[in-house]
Amino acid sequence: MLRNRMLLLVLALILCCLGYLLTGVRGSWAFALEFRGLKLAALLLVGAAQAVAAIMFQTITGNRILTPSIMGFDALYLLILSGIVFAFGAQAYQQIDPWLVVLGNAVLLCAAAVALFGAVLRQGQSDLMRMVLTGVVLAVMLRSITSFLQRMIDPNEYAAVQAASFARFSRAETDLLALAALLSLVALAMAWRLRFRLDVLALGPTAALSLGENPLTGQRLVLLLISVLVAVSTALVGPVAFFGLLVTALTYVVLPTHRHAVLLPGGVLMAGIVLVGGQWLMERVMHLDTPLSVVVEFLGGLVFLLLLLKGLKR
Amino acid sequence: MIDVQGVSYRIGSAQILRNVSLQLRRGGVIALAGPNGAGKSTLLSLVARLQSLQSGRIAVDDLEIGACDDRALARKLAILPQHVNASSRLTVRDLVGFGRYPHHRGRPDAQDRARVEEALQLFDLMPFAQRHLETLSGGQRQRAFVAMAYVQDTDFLLLDEPLNNLDLAASRALMAQLRDLADSKGRTVVIVLHDINYATAYADRIVVMKGGAVVADGAPREVVTEAMLRSVFETEARVEIAAGRPVVLV
Repeated sequence: MLRNRMLLLVLALILCCLGYLLTGVRGSWAFALEFRGLKLAALLLVGAAQAVAAIMFQTITGNRILTPSIMGFDALYLLILSGIVFAFGAQAYQQIDPWLVVLGNAVLLCAAAVALFGAVLRQGQSDLMRMVLTGVVLAVMLRSITSFLQRMIDPNEYAAVQAASFARFSRAETDLLALAALLSLVALAMAWRLRFRLDVLALGPTAALSLGENPLTGQRLVLLLISVLVAVSTALVGPVAFFGLLVTALTYVVLPTHRHAVLLPGGVLMAGIVLVGGQWLMERVMHLDTPLSVVVEFLGGLVFLLLLLKGLKR
Repeated sequence: MIDVQGVSYRIGSAQILRNVSLQLRRGGVIALAGPNGAGKSTLLSLVARLQSLQSGRIAVDDLEIGACDDRALARKLAILPQHVNASSRLTVRDLVGFGRYPHHRGRPDAQDRARVEEALQLFDLMPFAQRHLETLSGGQRQRAFVAMAYVQDTDFLLLDEPLNNLDLAASRALMAQLRDLADSKGRTVVIVLHDINYATAYADRIVVMKGGAVVADGAPREVVTEAMLRSVFETEARVEIAAGRPVVLV
């Protein structure tokens, strides 16, 4: 059953990719395919990074309504961004080599995430509610500091921060694609190697330890990978809050299994379908200017509420 | 052998274990008994390195707890803690299959799968094998977790109150299975029990704890006496001998 469903997902993604590449091409096919091909690659990369990051985060937290962004990963990115603009100015920020920005973000995000969320996870592993609340409070604190910094900077510089603070799927930074692809493919490959360990970590820290998997080591490694994936995705299209949640919720419905060997590729396929399919429908079929991020975030928020209500019903 | 030397453990201002020294040799069923808060579960958690040692040392054969490889220990010692949570989306077969993880690291072979099927048969779980954990009763779920610890195929099997949620028949069946594991497969079963009669009926040795210390240790007939019940459990009870083993009558 799972194999057939995976096959259907592959077919659906191929259909979405072809639709996105080939619908409404006017003029030079070579130019259109190259232009759209780069955007398509960026969308697939972002989708894969967000899906894998969200699935791994839900696994180590043992909670399927959490995503890295709910726990403040995106807030951390915005704080780093605002901090740089606050300290050095928007002009200096824009003059920094974009590659350096991505690498710097990835390194800073990794270090901060492991320090902050590693401590939160270690403290709260036996008390999920405390861990979630600590994460949410941490996210609020990071956003408050960001907001404080943004109020202190020049309005023109604020505009530069603002532009980088919203997801922009239609204007992905394709210049960064090679570096982003390199970083995220390494992280995705490492996540794939962790697939069996993730199955065990999903049983909870006590069971994992009794089966010979040190949960703290596993959590730290997973947090590192999540940081790289979120940093790369955010650098390409900006922060997205509920996209990961939407994709994981759909993945668990279509592929009801605990095995990460199925969930990770399934999530990647599902994310590709949502992003590329959504972008195809919005841009090429319905000719709407509404950014896809708004629709995705709306649907993701809706899924979040539904999952909460389902949990309350239980 | 599990060798516990001078182990103390404190949580905040509460002293949970006080300089406990204990040697659990290979083979047989060893029951840990004692009133609530005696430190039995903490001792088991420390032996299985689920909690970090604060003082003293524990060794399982040649493996020093705290310094040894987690995977090596998982192939030597399995534990079923008192409270275990697993995803309700797992089927019983999936859960039991995880017990083989220390051996196959995620890539089970035919032998691993055969061991899982054998455990499902042994613990009477075949009728539920494809059911999700959330659809099982507490007792059925408990048996599935015991089966998972069993297929880990370790020399030492540590079980913290495994009779929780089990009815009389299921409790007797499980204790008989554990006894058989010790007798026919040479496993060492260390089990925390609250029902002292199960301890006297099935264990070769009973270690009684109170206030974080070992207060009695020996064969059931030596340990389970009216005086011990009075001093440790602060309860008056009669002890009679039936079929060569003491029985506590409350």
